Amino acid sequence: MFRRLPEIETALNAAGHTVSFTIDGRPASARAGDSVTAALLANGVTACRTTPVSGAARGPYCMMGVCFDCLVTIDGTGNRQGCQVRVAPGMAVETQNGKREVER
Amino acid sequence: MTQPSRGGEYDVAVIGGGLVGSAMAWGLARAGQTVAMLDEGDIAVRPSRGNFALVWVQGKGLGMPEYAGWTKKSSDDWSGFADLLREQTGLDVAYRRPGGFMPMLSEEDLQARANTMMRLHNQPDMIRYPYEVMDRETLRKELPFIGPDVVGGTYCPLDGHCNSLRLLRTLHKGIGLLGVDYRPNHRVERIEHRDGGFRMTTAGGEVRAGKIVLAAGHDGARLAPMVGLSAPVRPQRGHVIVTEKTAPFLHHPTVYVRQTDEGGVMIGDSFEEVGFDTTLQPGISSAIAERAIRFFPLLGKLNVVRSWAALRVLTPDGFPIYEESKTAPGAFVATCHSGVTLAANHALTLAPLIAAGGLGDSFTPFSARRFHVPQAA
Amino acid sequence: MSAPKFDFDIAVVGSGPAGLAAAALAASKGASVVLLDEQAEPGGQIYRAVTETPVRDRKVLGPDYWHGAELLGPLRDSGAVHWPGTIVWSVARPREDVADGHRPIQIGLSRNGAASMLTVRHVILATGALERPFPIPGWTLPGVLGAGAAQVLLKTSGLVPSGATVMAGSGPLLWLLAWQYLQAGVRIDAILDTTPKENWRAALPLLPGFLRSPYLGKGMKLMLEVRRKLTVIGNVTALRAEGAIGGDSALKSVVYTRNGAEHRLPADTLLLHHGVVPNLNLANATGCAQRWDEQQRCWRPTTDEWGATSVEGVSLAGDGAGIGGARAAAEAGRLAALDALHRLGRIGREQRDQLAVPHRAALDRALTGRAFLDTLYTPAEAFRAPADDTIVCRCEEITAGAVREAVRLGCSGPNQAKSFLRCGMGPCQGRLCGPTVTEVIAAERGVSPADVGYYRLRPPVKPITLAELAALPKTDADIDAVFKH
Repeated sequence: MFRRLPEIETALNAAGHTVSFTIDGRPASARAGDSVTAALLANGVTACRTTPVSGAARGPYCMMGVCFDCLVTIDGTGNRQGCQVRVAPGMAVETQNGKREVER
Repeated sequence: MTQPSRGGEYDVAVIGGGLVGSAMAWGLARAGQTVAMLDEGDIAVRPSRGNFALVWVQGKGLGMPEYAGWTKKSSDDWSGFADLLREQTGLDVAYRRPGGFMPMLSEEDLQARANTMMRLHNQPDMIRYPYEVMDRETLRKELPFIGPDVVGGTYCPLDGHCNSLRLLRTLHKGIGLLGVDYRPNHRVERIEHRDGGFRMTTAGGEVRAGKIVLAAGHDGARLAPMVGLSAPVRPQRGHVIVTEKTAPFLHHPTVYVRQTDEGGVMIGDSFEEVGFDTTLQPGISSAIAERAIRFFPLLGKLNVVRSWAALRVLTPDGFPIYEESKTAPGAFVATCHSGVTLAANHALTLAPLIAAGGLGDSFTPFSARRFHVPQAA
Repeated sequence: MSAPKFDFDIAVVGSGPAGLAAAALAASKGASVVLLDEQAEPGGQIYRAVTETPVRDRKVLGPDYWHGAELLGPLRDSGAVHWPGTIVWSVARPREDVADGHRPIQIGLSRNGAASMLTVRHVILATGALERPFPIPGWTLPGVLGAGAAQVLLKTSGLVPSGATVMAGSGPLLWLLAWQYLQAGVRIDAILDTTPKENWRAALPLLPGFLRSPYLGKGMKLMLEVRRKLTVIGNVTALRAEGAIGGDSALKSVVYTRNGAEHRLPADTLLLHHGVVPNLNLANATGCAQRWDEQQRCWRPTTDEWGATSVEGVSLAGDGAGIGGARAAAEAGRLAALDALHRLGRIGREQRDQLAVPHRAALDRALTGRAFLDTLYTPAEAFRAPADDTIVCRCEEITAGAVREAVRLGCSGPNQAKSFLRCGMGPCQGRLCGPTVTEVIAAERGVSPADVGYYRLRPPVKPITLAELAALPKTDADIDAVFKH
């Protein structure tokens, strides 16, 4: 579980530097500049997918693009590294179950 | 690993620990022989780690109908072979025979393919098997994701595929259970035939055996002449690409694209005469990728997670060599580039023959003597 | 092959301290330089988000972090081209020689969803480090992250752990992060120190060198402050992360062993760290020779004193060539740049050597005391080669026990084990399991990791889509190799 440092949260809201997006269809908000993964954590989403091998739940591990555990579906494309993509206004982020579907 | 049975002496030493060698060792041990399998180490030219995992029948054997029959026999025996391995080791090598396709991108190519299949089946002594030449619409019923460039293709119900890396592991587990003495880091430097047996000088010491089976792939070219045999093989490079794991969508293997039991999509391949260089060429990977997308456009979105270049073990005519030495009886060579397809044959047919003493006349067409055509005066 | 058109003289891969310094110096001497980096902003991991972090209170991230900003001005002024958001998935040299004597280096890129090839004369890989894999039972549970990952969240987004938080492991970064949290007013519940007691005996003779270090003493001060203010539990010899009973959805507690007894701490977040290792995938896939470093207990690409690798035209600088820290990385980047300039004929040998003098001295200073840290913080074997039930390959979910079984089947190294088990075949390409698999095989065989070896890697070292790959340029020979046979 992660939270924003309070003084940063206050400054963000005051300056309007926030981004509205959706997580599995639910409205959510993050700081402009957050990675998708950071935005998920800031919204209380610790587990972002289940694995294609055993179906175990996973969440981000490295935050630097090497572990591939933060994979999510972004705007309809599966298996994106959430920690390497910046959250954008209106972005549709979906958690994933198991193997990617070839058509998305 | 079990101890050698007779102070470093074995009934048979199999030289090579790839798919051909380990299938032979498995079959020999199953036939009651004491077996050593001599192998190189972790880094070696290993086509068994880079192949495409098809158990493939259609189109093979034009110019040697015996090879077509040999291939068909292995395909027919493969399911039972996989069952034996599962019962013994508990591992599933994921063999499936749903029938395979060779999709074509031009009417000209489709016609040429149809002609090849007809010529293949019109050979004398050919053991015929069913196949179909399909137009686009018929093909699309079986492979719904084909792209607009695909004009049709050929289909053969005998074609299948397996998980070839798991096959390698399963055979290694199986030979361990059968008491085969597996010796990695034992590259064979020299073989001497003396006193009716064989003495191998290896990187890991000396090994003696009553019989030897050369299943050393590329290294067969170097080793075979030491025992009066010939294995004129050359490397032919092929690039392969594999994607991330994807939910099952491709239910038949094709020659160039297949979905593995684990979900990844394997995409091949190329044919390059570049010696032992396994450096990847981006342009060749690109050409392979582009063709795969013409077959199945929806593959374009998938992420490529790995690619590699492997070296086929090719004889001059592309067909296998199986032969016993005339000058050093008890020395056999088994080499081919279809170690997956022919694994059932190697384990269930060839190995028992060698255990029993010899190959017999039916293997005469596979002798390397076919390459030694006397030069015209 | 006709004479290639060079896009740039030098490409630098990675914009951490080594890459920033290398690119700035090379460009300032007139070479055309492109700096390629996967992140959106320069800084690498150590100076991650230094241009845009929301954590504006400078005392939180500390002076060593803000030092990174000093590397940015010289880069801007140098004329080097910076391409952020660029994935480098391949570095290779075509086999053919070309007319002007410089065989080109071809770099496979992916920018904005499109792959392309870049042709340069020389490449400096500054790919940095990654956290040494810390395989314990349960390390794949959501809620378990690397301490480095948590630090990235702090730097880039001002995110800090909430709920019950445990840190575990050893090494400077663990203490630095705990200290940064303290400055930010975040208290974590416990630090489980896994530094093996016996490491002190080996490290003590190296202490005088450490005490001479102008930089590392600061780390000691910061560790003492953390120890004073937080609960630190030492001599931890075993760890596991557990989810809810009967479920595995997320972390619930951390179980640790101390003096032979097990203890349990409730935890929503567990931050693991026991050092960093070179991020060597790109160098490995490029064909650069590498060697086992016993002191740092990791593989590192083989380089000469200028960072030149075994592949002509490919240099390495910074932690990607062996762990030395940010200050050392910047100096190594400058040395690699000088050598590249020399190889390209832009400066003579004497000029190179003369210009290198201050940087070599600074590098030596920066490395002073490193041996003490390496020795003190070598992780215990139980954490390098974990128990059988521990997942080592996160992508394919392969356990240490499965690797040991493969060794018993005769696998003598990681490449055969990879074929047998698929360990290292997932999208991370062995980054999170490679060091562990080598250690497990070595321990099982009773030999040194040097005798076991490492994965042989191939491009693409980061995934690109099949469509991107398909759109790359192809020669007629490439097409014939696929269609004609």
